[in-house]
Amino acid sequence: MPIASIEDPKLSLNILTPDEVRRLHTATLDVIASVGVRFPSARALDILEAHGAAVDRATQIARIPGHVVEEALAKAPPAYSLAALDPALDLPLDGRHSHLGTDGCGVEVLDAFTGERRRSTLQDVSDAARVADALDAIAFHWTPVSAQDCPPESRSLHELLAIWEVSRKHVQTESIVTVPEARAAVEMAAALAGGRAELRRRPVLSIMQCTLSPLAHDGGSLEAGLVAAEAGLPVGYMTMASCASTGPATLAGNLVVGNAEVISALALMQMAHPGCPVYYAAAQTAMDLRTGAYTGGGPEDYLFGAATNRLADFYNVPLSMGAFATGAKEPGWQSAVDNAFSAFMAVSTGADMLLGAGLLYGSRILSYEMLVMDAEIWSLVRAMHRGIVVDDETLALDAIRAVGPGGNFLAHKHTKKHMRALWLPTLMDRRPYGVWEEKRDGAREWAREKAQALLRAHHPAPLDPRLAAELRRIIATLEQTAPAPA
Amino acid sequence: MSADTERLYESMMQSIVEGEPEDAERLAREALALGLDPLEAINRGFVRGINEVGARFGCGELFLPDLVRAGAAMKAATQILEAEMLKRGTARRAAGVIVLGTVKGDIHEIGKNLVGTLFTANGFRVHDLGVDVPYEQFAAKAAEFGADLVGVSALLTTTMVGQRRVMEALEAAGLRGRVKVLVGGAPVTREWAREIGADGYSEDAAGAVAVARQLLSAHP
Repeated sequence: MPIASIEDPKLSLNILTPDEVRRLHTATLDVIASVGVRFPSARALDILEAHGAAVDRATQIARIPGHVVEEALAKAPPAYSLAALDPALDLPLDGRHSHLGTDGCGVEVLDAFTGERRRSTLQDVSDAARVADALDAIAFHWTPVSAQDCPPESRSLHELLAIWEVSRKHVQTESIVTVPEARAAVEMAAALAGGRAELRRRPVLSIMQCTLSPLAHDGGSLEAGLVAAEAGLPVGYMTMASCASTGPATLAGNLVVGNAEVISALALMQMAHPGCPVYYAAAQTAMDLRTGAYTGGGPEDYLFGAATNRLADFYNVPLSMGAFATGAKEPGWQSAVDNAFSAFMAVSTGADMLLGAGLLYGSRILSYEMLVMDAEIWSLVRAMHRGIVVDDETLALDAIRAVGPGGNFLAHKHTKKHMRALWLPTLMDRRPYGVWEEKRDGAREWAREKAQALLRAHHPAPLDPRLAAELRRIIATLEQTAPAPA
Repeated sequence: MSADTERLYESMMQSIVEGEPEDAERLAREALALGLDPLEAINRGFVRGINEVGARFGCGELFLPDLVRAGAAMKAATQILEAEMLKRGTARRAAGVIVLGTVKGDIHEIGKNLVGTLFTANGFRVHDLGVDVPYEQFAAKAAEFGADLVGVSALLTTTMVGQRRVMEALEAAGLRGRVKVLVGGAPVTREWAREIGADGYSEDAAGAVAVARQLLSAHP
């Protein structure tokens, strides 16, 4: 089944003028050079210092001159592909496509059959990956939920294996935050790709790291990212700077803080491994003023998604952005509003990768209903971005002439030829009122039924047992050598 | 009480409601210069401000940043006044002694700091151990400071398990009988708190203060 990514979207949205983007960039360079960014990693600080940054070892803050950042960023490749175990499912990041991924990393699951909310396990990672595998809207996987029944030091690797065992789509993991895990993940990916050189050519795994807003990084994330970058795996750094808490209350100020985090990390990757594939990643939002919580959703969210697209364009790197983020506790009005708007804004500004299908409550709870609903939102957004084609055939003058005033187009050949291009819902209720009244069901029930059917019936061809054993061996080796948590 | 003193108390309250640490500090110094009793100044001036902020936050009129600014103003004032009280050998009775930290392996501090600020503002004595705090350190410091409550923050699913280790460390140190434990952080759920035997859980900072009050009022 081919992936339903969005290609050459016909709609586009203006969000920032070139001058405004330039001002954001200049302000960001000013912050990186004068305030600095914290890199709690001796290795990272060494690299930055060697490239001209002023490094304070006590505070671990590096102040990097603007031109140094710019020169480093200029080395990043503007386009590349995310490889899949099945090459037919490769995802070009070329500025012409938008691809949807699942969300991560949740800690609870709404059980697809009982509806019960419970802590996530490795089985849930596998189950969610199977459903995502079956949905054509989903182009790549994130680790959807945390395998909390696996040991923390190797959990991220068990999660990866669980996804690879059931799906041949690209995997982008956001849960590898230590060097030993990153090394093992590279080894696992290399085993799947057929060696290190082949992995570099066809990265079946990409790595997502989070920044620590404001203006700081996590040491483990930096060093894990460097390991991945060395192996040629695409690496992205995601800022989640939130207005009024981890960033300024104003949107522009929050963009500056987030941008400083992201580009300082991407510059570090380029200093260490020039030309390595990197991507911009962002899921900025506004803190909820009443609770202080990160919730996801809201107009600031949608605007940030669009704005970070312009920034990623400016730096000429792909963007992986948080969309489909909602604070809703269950699928419904709120999640539909949030996810429809954020997806629309992201695609209409040309996001290469959108994350976020399937999770609720600020990316904490996996809902299979939501995952199926998000796929439908994607199909809607995809249809909108095909736009309106205007040519002789679509102007339909022959059909209009043939039908004339007062007739209808139902039986016309032109209708037969083109009607299947019209969008058809699978979850929107367009039945007569009486039919609804009798059954009183709707999107949630249908989405649940679909997810249940997929969970029962969709069992993709398993990973080659020898490869699976090899991946298991790599994980076991890490578990034997990793120091037990003190 | 003179009308001037009443006006001063009123300004103190206002400095907290407006969340202006510099004003609060200035007013605290003014009170001392006028020879007012520092405890009176806290209770009749600044505490009224905190109560007002709490009430207005409760009805949605003030927001979280207002609470934090009010907390900072409260801290600025009480630092001046409590130093004076210490000199006089009087002390303000704390609502409770709290040891707070983000668990080992985790360096997220904003949520924890926020909780600490709100606890301080509400009259608790807070000992913030910082981030990446070893499990045993929570127990050692709880014993050292005679804590009534230990607050353990974790922002990662992988470090959340450390909250259980802190519970074990407190148990091993023989402190579980007299120290309540409050857990929090994005991946933490009520069910998790129950499972590891924590006494309290809150999804947000304002809630944490309410839970702590409740726990400590039931405390022997």
